[in-house]
Amino acid sequence: MSKILDSLRYAESHEWVKLEGDVATVGITDYAQHALGNIVYVDMPEVGDEVTQGEDFGAVESVKAASDLISPISGEVIEINEALEDEPELVNQDAFSNWIMKVKVSDPSEIDNLLDAAGYAKICEE
Amino acid sequence: MKTYDKLIFELSKPGRKGFELPEDQFNTNGLSSIPTDLLRKDEAELPEVSELDVVRHFTNLSNKNFGVDTGFYPLGSCTMKYNPKINEELAAMPEFLALHPLQDASTVQGALHIYWDLQRMLANISGLAEFTLNPYAGAHGELTGLMVMRQYHMSRGDEKRTKVIVPDTAHGTNPASAMVAGLEVVEVKSKPNGSIDVEDLKPLLDDTIAGIMMTNPNTVGMFETEILEIAKLVHDAGGLLYYDGANLNPLLGKVRPGDMGFDIMHINLHKTFSTPHGGGGPGSGPVGVAAHLVDFLPNPRVKKAEEGSYHVETGDQSLGSISSFFGNFGVMMKAYAYILSLGKENIKNVGPLATLNANYIKESLKDDYLLPIEGVCKHEFVFDGLKDKSTGVTTLNVAKRLLDYGFHAPTIYFPLLFHESMMIEPTETESKETLDEFIEVMHKVAKEARETPQSVIDAPLTTIVRKLDETSAAKKPILNYKALKEAEA
Repeated sequence: MSKILDSLRYAESHEWVKLEGDVATVGITDYAQHALGNIVYVDMPEVGDEVTQGEDFGAVESVKAASDLISPISGEVIEINEALEDEPELVNQDAFSNWIMKVKVSDPSEIDNLLDAAGYAKICEE
Repeated sequence: MKTYDKLIFELSKPGRKGFELPEDQFNTNGLSSIPTDLLRKDEAELPEVSELDVVRHFTNLSNKNFGVDTGFYPLGSCTMKYNPKINEELAAMPEFLALHPLQDASTVQGALHIYWDLQRMLANISGLAEFTLNPYAGAHGELTGLMVMRQYHMSRGDEKRTKVIVPDTAHGTNPASAMVAGLEVVEVKSKPNGSIDVEDLKPLLDDTIAGIMMTNPNTVGMFETEILEIAKLVHDAGGLLYYDGANLNPLLGKVRPGDMGFDIMHINLHKTFSTPHGGGGPGSGPVGVAAHLVDFLPNPRVKKAEEGSYHVETGDQSLGSISSFFGNFGVMMKAYAYILSLGKENIKNVGPLATLNANYIKESLKDDYLLPIEGVCKHEFVFDGLKDKSTGVTTLNVAKRLLDYGFHAPTIYFPLLFHESMMIEPTETESKETLDEFIEVMHKVAKEARETPQSVIDAPLTTIVRKLDETSAAKKPILNYKALKEAEA
């Protein structure tokens, strides 16, 4: 029922990554936005922050719950999606085009620790 | 006046008033001694209303209250049991109401006796050595308890113990209290049945662990059967066990946290011991500790001399003061009245009856609602929404529909273990007839969800304010009349 894009890699904690060169774009999945319900706030990192694979880099708050954002990859934050500051609900509208941060990746091989679309689909079914 | 929905500001008419102040008292002593930069420049814009306006306004509003006194309130994790009126009567006795906390101990022996006696009763009920009644509420008790935990490790020079283990199913206050206490939170995973995964716990237990926070029964209402092993593991690693007393009700008079190996706990008097909460009154969060931690309890402490008199002490090793004076004394009076009313014999029935009521509802409804964890629950249980997932009706919709039928909604979307959590706690004070009514309505809502789903999705249909826009409410809250006027302008 939730959308999963074949071209992306996924963390079990429901973040997606798109790696282009050494820049990774990170967001939360359609499954995650659906489970959270109406999102009212996205707590984003600041440009220049270091993020680490498996550790939290922010939080998403919905009318139901607040949930930590776990970074699927390590590196330095080079851009955040400022549009989400005023309109966090964009994530509900399209979780894949409304990314949260872009990271200059310190170790591209970390991407191999993540799931592909089929592997992530299995997690969502459970 | 069922539809009354005015703010008192909307009743205001310039120049109307319902009071008169004595001239000499207020007009001559006052404003000239206050520095001008502290005086307000704008009009206060208080509502100008008559006495009758005020009385009607607040009486009409009070009729809109929903509380345990008006209906069934199955709010999981909150133990919304009935608050016997004798509690209020005793707490309102002028002999106690007019006391001042700075009075000499010799003039307030009765109040100190109640503090002492209640403290001893809670110690007996929980199997711990001594209690402080000073914390103002549950989360404040958690903070106090964690400060005791820290003080204990510091006093032994064991300063590297700065982490607290918290289960992923914990009440949200647990990690929050740990952060406020300056401790780092480490999460331990739970198994699919909601209980702590002992194998996941073991590798976390090193010499940086100050302790673990647990509630038993846990937040899905199930008893942690491996508690004795967990207690041994944590103690062997040099840590302490903290018991979150939010779920104490089903154990009352039957099982004692102290006997399970807990070193520190808080009790919510406003849950287990029948004092009002949820907008009905202030809380109280007594903290109890095992014998080796007694000296760290906060000041002031009430002590009893051998000849029977009471005095107030401040201890040298104490973590200091966490409240002004002795906490919410009126709340203690009510809890004291409750314990004495039940007595040693009847208090033992509280836990079993609360457990029976919860299991009765659970078993009666599990054909229509998805029960993710089978087995005998304690005082509460969790459904993962409707069993039939094809209707499009969510837990939120069911909760709103219950309002149409005159019931308070259960706790929803907690615990986070399930997507459509609906947490139901009836308490021991409800009759079988009330439980049956609730069960019937829940079945009815499930039937509506199957047959006319839109009627549930659109609920509530009969309340004065219909379905609220929760996103806007969270993003653009309008919290006072000025903001409302600005928003409307």
